[in-house]
Amino acid sequence: MNPGRTLATSARVLAQIRHDPRTIALLLVVPSLLIGLVAWLFADTTVFQQIGPAMLGLFPFIVMFLVTSIATLRERRSGTLECLLTLPIGRLDFILGYALAFGLLAIAQAGIAVGFAVLVCGLEIEGSVWLLVLVALADAVLGSTLGLLASAFARTEFQVVQFMPAIVFPQVLLGGVLIPRDQMPDVLYAVSDWLPLSHAIDALNAVARDDEDAGFVGAQLLVLLAFAVGAVVLGSLTLRRRTP
Amino acid sequence: MAAYSTSAVRIRGLVVRRGTTTVLDGLDLRIARGGIVGLLGPSGCGKTTLMRSIVGVQRVVSGTVSVLGAPAGTAALRRRVGYVTQAASVYDDLTVRQNLRYFARVLGAPASDVDRVVEATDLGTRTGALAGSLSGGQRSRVSLAAALLGSPELLVLDEPTVGLDPVLRVELWSLFRRLADRGVTLLVSSHVMDEARRCDRLLLMRDGAMLADATPNALLRKTRTRDIESAFLALIERGNAP
Repeated sequence: MNPGRTLATSARVLAQIRHDPRTIALLLVVPSLLIGLVAWLFADTTVFQQIGPAMLGLFPFIVMFLVTSIATLRERRSGTLECLLTLPIGRLDFILGYALAFGLLAIAQAGIAVGFAVLVCGLEIEGSVWLLVLVALADAVLGSTLGLLASAFARTEFQVVQFMPAIVFPQVLLGGVLIPRDQMPDVLYAVSDWLPLSHAIDALNAVARDDEDAGFVGAQLLVLLAFAVGAVVLGSLTLRRRTP
Repeated sequence: MAAYSTSAVRIRGLVVRRGTTTVLDGLDLRIARGGIVGLLGPSGCGKTTLMRSIVGVQRVVSGTVSVLGAPAGTAALRRRVGYVTQAASVYDDLTVRQNLRYFARVLGAPASDVDRVVEATDLGTRTGALAGSLSGGQRSRVSLAAALLGSPELLVLDEPTVGLDPVLRVELWSLFRRLADRGVTLLVSSHVMDEARRCDRLLLMRDGAMLADATPNALLRKTRTRDIESAFLALIERGNAP
């Protein structure tokens, strides 16, 4: 591992995104717009107060997954990855460089999404808003590290998009947005416990309602972190210098 | 420190399979240090696979590939070998300078090296342009410039002159010659036979095997032909003869 090469890679990824206004808009603006849409949809009801916190997990997670997986896949497809792997850069340097770049974007994204939900859409947060931003950030980082991992198993952009229904949608369905997790059938509840997005949504709800202690939120954050680290490690292990 | 070796590349019994086809089947090759070695042959004959094996990104079934005295692809070689893939490997959404600066940082080459390779590849007027907005020839020169960073001892160039206009092609070959004069070994693949005369040594490849390994003149003498294309045909016919 070499911090200089990791940082160089992050700076390069961010420079690429700077040249791409659409991706910036997708990362920073679209999650907030979707949250606003949900708030509007349920304008005269209390539904947004119930599902609003989960939306802070959902949209950033999906957007980060998509953007990161396609960005790394493009790197594989364009031959730049093959070139890089003949240079003295570690596989972990490469993956961490991406994770760090998208992590920085996630900070901006989480801040904007939480700010928009609370200030513009009127989402009421009983707990600490800063803790909410932290959970939203962890959730966005999780989405991007899972995207890094998923791109290792895809050869084309088309295949990456196929991971959306396979990996992302089940997590959305079982995450506790449609129905609280403790009201699900036992088997599905057990399955949802193993899905990282469930823990992100649990933590967001807990902070918004302030009905759990700090230890509970901390434990959920640790689960998210474990999944993110696991995805980065697996991602770097699946990155092969020699390919068929 | 790698043991001193007079070979730039030494390959013994290299077997590479891609899917169910055997691309290279027990290939032996020795390339001495210094000079320009042309790797010629029709597309699909295994040139790229051979080059990928030399830079250490090709999964091989068996055989040994040693480069500058060390096993191909080992960490110590990553600064000493430059590689240009057939399709230009550049970030289209970065400027020429941003591309080169990133590769320089990965290599640990000084920032001044970027200016040197920009000049060597005649990209001086385009450094602020996005790589994606360049012509095909310019993009492949950016790729070449990146490979020149850090002054590697061995340059593996996969069809570096494809799509270049004749003037630029001549300029690039004179750049290759200057590098070779400084002791760099260049392995340059091409399917354009007229580029062969500019090489110090030629490797003619067909169906994953070496048909010939000789200087251009020796090849013409041996086959009693006047140009490399005819020499190639003569060798194939000879191989097919009973």
